[in-house]
Amino acid sequence: MSIVAENLCWGVKHRTIVSDVSLAVAPGETLGLIGPNGSGKSSLLKLLAGLRRPVSGRVMIHGQDISQVPRRTLSQQVAFVQQNAATDTNVSVLDVVRLGRTPHRSALSGWSRDDQAAVMTALERVDMTGRRAQAWQTLSGGERQRVHIARALAQSPKILFLDEPTNHLDIHHQIEILRLVRDLDLTSVVALHDLNLASMFCDRIVVLQEGRVVACGTPETVLTEPLLREVFRVQAGISASPFHSRPHIHFMAG
Amino acid sequence: MTPAETDRAPLGLALLLAACAVALILAIALATAIGDYTIGLSTVALAITNGLGLTGAEISPIEQSVVWNLRLSRALVAALAGAGLAICGAILQALLRNALAEPFVLGVSAGASTGAVSVIVLGVGAGGLSLSLGAFAGAFSAFALVALLSNGATSGPNHTILAGVAASQLFNALTSYIVTTLGNAQQARDVMFWLLGSFGGVRWPDFQLLLAVVVVSLAICIYMARSLDAFTFGDEDAAALGIPVARIRLIMFAVTAVLTATIVSMVGAIGFVGLVVPHAARYVVGPLHLRLLPACALVGAVFMVSADIVSRVIVAQQTVPIGVVTALVGVPFFAIILYRARPQP
Repeated sequence: MSIVAENLCWGVKHRTIVSDVSLAVAPGETLGLIGPNGSGKSSLLKLLAGLRRPVSGRVMIHGQDISQVPRRTLSQQVAFVQQNAATDTNVSVLDVVRLGRTPHRSALSGWSRDDQAAVMTALERVDMTGRRAQAWQTLSGGERQRVHIARALAQSPKILFLDEPTNHLDIHHQIEILRLVRDLDLTSVVALHDLNLASMFCDRIVVLQEGRVVACGTPETVLTEPLLREVFRVQAGISASPFHSRPHIHFMAG
Repeated sequence: MTPAETDRAPLGLALLLAACAVALILAIALATAIGDYTIGLSTVALAITNGLGLTGAEISPIEQSVVWNLRLSRALVAALAGAGLAICGAILQALLRNALAEPFVLGVSAGASTGAVSVIVLGVGAGGLSLSLGAFAGAFSAFALVALLSNGATSGPNHTILAGVAASQLFNALTSYIVTTLGNAQQARDVMFWLLGSFGGVRWPDFQLLLAVVVVSLAICIYMARSLDAFTFGDEDAAALGIPVARIRLIMFAVTAVLTATIVSMVGAIGFVGLVVPHAARYVVGPLHLRLLPACALVGAVFMVSADIVSRVIVAQQTVPIGVVTALVGVPFFAIILYRARPQP
């Protein structure tokens, strides 16, 4: 499914956080969202997922304006992995992943074979099958992140939004999760901090600065030395990796 | 995966519900037999079947009347009040994601008390109906105040609890002000007794009204149990799971407001049931609301009927206010929960 955003604006009080953002994501594409802290990545993701209502502009998913779609119908197609999910409730890993089936179940329907299959596949994909009975509270930050990705997958979405999904993860699981997202047969938008990972795993990259899109395109066209200096305020050299041929960023210690 | 894993602790739930149902019947029978004037259980049974029109056994009219008109209605109202308060606690704890949430803490009970006290002391209106209406109006004012202060309870769980604390302080101050400046000694005693809760004076019409309110509320809540589960990781996360958050919130808060106001207008402000029972039930049946809500209702009912028995027998010839008993049992119990749930170093 495709996503099209037209002139999105959003802010709180007198502060504009997302300013006139337009972008398009093709079906099956993995779009990376990068930008410094406070550049509006999370807010833009929430606008795209319909969790916040834009002040102006609109988001179309599969050609339909999402403000016209009921919340539950939207959640059957769109899943969102938030950055730091937390709870005090004593839930198990399985309970959390089962929550992903919420939009597909009516109020009193039983637990179906499809529900069970979706949950087990999702657990398998993030390598948490053996830990399903464990209490969520006892998991490490990275494990919690994987459980929440499993929950999003159990939602059987066509579109996946992930807000810095590699936070807290060790390098093995960072790569594992991004490879999983890339290889999934669905459209995904991922906010990322690690520019080299963004370069390796995203089809296209959008760069945000102070709520505006300052660059958009393939990693090769977007990740340039002047842009990194301008937007991220770092000195870096960029070369095509001899291993995977994507741009690789060498930061200068200065 | 074994069936036991797909449906966690179904045995625990069934066992708990069955045990509670048996305990509830026993507790109600005891509550009906015990009192200043103890009546044998066989007489109790006959009086009840007589009352239901099933038998026409010869027992003394006084015993018949005490069992049927005074004690049975009292025990059943106690059971329903316990069930209702426990359900309110479970829902508020889920929606506000705060272990401390319950009607008492959120100031709703205090608001209801102020409303009722205004009627008793200031003589606004007259008769039993206006007392209930006063409590109702007070409960809803408190809810409205908390909602206003916490931006519709959307400014985060702690903010809402703080708003509740402010509301209870305000309404308790108003109550004290009205009683100390305007009431006479007799009224002050009436009010005091009522503020701590009392099942004295409840009759069959109270039971019928409360039964309807509790059954309808429980049905609505169970129907929305899955939505309540989805609030585990917060409002925005619930929305991402397809929950129409604003609508569910409004319905659930309205249900708890009606339930609390009805209960408080009948039996006064009884604390700790809504706080302790959901925690205890969660400990046995887990956090999912489809299981938790029926468990809360039954455990709350047993707890309240037992507390009422204790309140009547602990001091000879006297009834201790029910709120005193629930707090005396509830606080140590709550301390145990807090101690066991403390973060492990």
